[in-house]
Amino acid sequence: MSTLSNDVQPIPAGPQETAVPAQPETRPFYWSVRREVWENRSIYLAPLIVAAVVLFGSFVGASSTLPKRMKNLPADPVQRHAVIVQPFSMAPAPIMLATFIVGLFYALDALYGERRDRSILFWKSLPVSDRTTVLSKASIPLIVLPLIAFVLGLTVQLILLVLTTPVLAAKGVNPARVWAEFRYPQEALVMVYGLTVHSLWFAPIYAWLLLVSAWARRSPALWAILPPVMLLAFEQMIPGANPFGQLLKYRVMGAMGLAFQIDAMHVPIDRLWHLSPGRFLSSGGLWSGLLFAAVCLAVAVRLRRNREPS
Amino acid sequence: MTATIEARGLRKSFGASVALDGVDLRVEEGRILGLIGPNGAGKTTALNAILGLTPFQGELKVLGRDPWTERDLLMRDVAFIADVAVLPRWIRVSQVFDYAAGVHPRFDRAKAEGFLARTSIRRNSKVRELSKGMVTQLHLALVMGIDARLLVLDEPTLGLDILVRKQFYDSLLNDYFDRRRTILVTTHQVEEIQDVLTDVMFINRGRIVFSCSMEDFEVRYAEVMVNPEHVAAARALGPIRERQVFGRSILLFDGIDRRQLAALGEVRTPGIADLFVAIMGNPASQEGAAR
Repeated sequence: MSTLSNDVQPIPAGPQETAVPAQPETRPFYWSVRREVWENRSIYLAPLIVAAVVLFGSFVGASSTLPKRMKNLPADPVQRHAVIVQPFSMAPAPIMLATFIVGLFYALDALYGERRDRSILFWKSLPVSDRTTVLSKASIPLIVLPLIAFVLGLTVQLILLVLTTPVLAAKGVNPARVWAEFRYPQEALVMVYGLTVHSLWFAPIYAWLLLVSAWARRSPALWAILPPVMLLAFEQMIPGANPFGQLLKYRVMGAMGLAFQIDAMHVPIDRLWHLSPGRFLSSGGLWSGLLFAAVCLAVAVRLRRNREPS
Repeated sequence: MTATIEARGLRKSFGASVALDGVDLRVEEGRILGLIGPNGAGKTTALNAILGLTPFQGELKVLGRDPWTERDLLMRDVAFIADVAVLPRWIRVSQVFDYAAGVHPRFDRAKAEGFLARTSIRRNSKVRELSKGMVTQLHLALVMGIDARLLVLDEPTLGLDILVRKQFYDSLLNDYFDRRRTILVTTHQVEEIQDVLTDVMFINRGRIVFSCSMEDFEVRYAEVMVNPEHVAAARALGPIRERQVFGRSILLFDGIDRRQLAALGEVRTPGIADLFVAIMGNPASQEGAAR
């Protein structure tokens, strides 16, 4: 009966446990990540398509220009090295760019889509916490996409090397020179480093998009872009300083200058001494960005929990 | 013995409108409780609070846990089918089971697959390719595989044809329900679940206005199609409701001996909907309840 008595007895506390089969904490997380990949096939399809295009383009380019270039190499060893490895070391870049863009779109829709199609109530009917869900979604741009870029980048480089070797030999260039200049293990290490750096550096951007996608009732893209654009416009009206514009530029471009010793635009980064992990790890920009990302994700977890079903 | 669901003074308001106005509720293990009420009575809000989908004021324990703070743990023991909790359209049938097997410690895949095998649903279909009835069957198959102690059904058969609705409740009773489990169901199709329920509760304007076990219901309430010559005598016994059907008076009695009533006309157990209308009494709530 519905009574409003004040002398309520406290309800006995303590959950009624029945034995739950042992299950590692990471299992729901792992399956939640897989679930994201099932739903968003662009996570692997888009980089795969870009990788195929890059492979084809690089192969055609390298086959026609590399033999000619290698026949009259510059005397300077640095420039010579750059000419030889350039077709191979540049190949992963478009793949990384593709995963970055896929990550932006993914993050913007990740917590909005499940509310739009009302499947959130189904997901919430299973024993997966909001924290696990949000972290699994955050792991797509921060871990899964960089991992895909790494695997595809290395694969494209290797196939490219193998395919160009007979072409070079047929055109009268010794392919061993390429294999001597292009050091695959170092290339792999540099790629791991570069991807880790950018994952950490861009974390606040992805976390901000996840936050907006958990919050927006409609058009999350608009809500994600509007506040920064308004801030920028507001700054334009004040002559002189534009701290927010500087901050945005720093966030988008800053990682390269901090994490690498040399200007990546001029020389292929493929040696371990090109890296400056100490400077990157001790930069305030990295840690303030990570702090901002952590706050955004925590708020996203709360938003997902508190949103009333409608 | 702790109850499966125990609520005291449960309140919830959305701005100025009060959805739950001090609900006290106790559901014991092994019961099948029907929560009946018009639209906007607070049924879904009550279920959302029980499922940890909405914050609330007052005391509420489900299987001994606070649903709002422990939803993920609670959902190991609670299963939930609602008309609005839609399966995502992109997912494959096999992926539904893969995911459940991955995240749910109490999911018995073989059991769910066994149930699915009795339907015409193909394992590699996507949800978007299934009819609404098939989606409900798939969701039911999933729930069949979950060894839950509480199953919450919110309008589970809305928009389905009568055959699927019948099968749905038959499966629940024959293949799912046992004395260890508890089922809480809300629906507008009251007549279909009358034989399924062990308990019934009416909710209106955020309050529980009536609560009764079906055993008591059958003993307490009787409906008599009164022979014309006995109408005055029947009215003297104090019916709680009177209605006319094809010119005959049908009177609903509370707590009158059936042998006494048998002399007045044809006696039968009333439908829950009829009692609902009688108890709500006011014309405004009749529309929603009697449908």
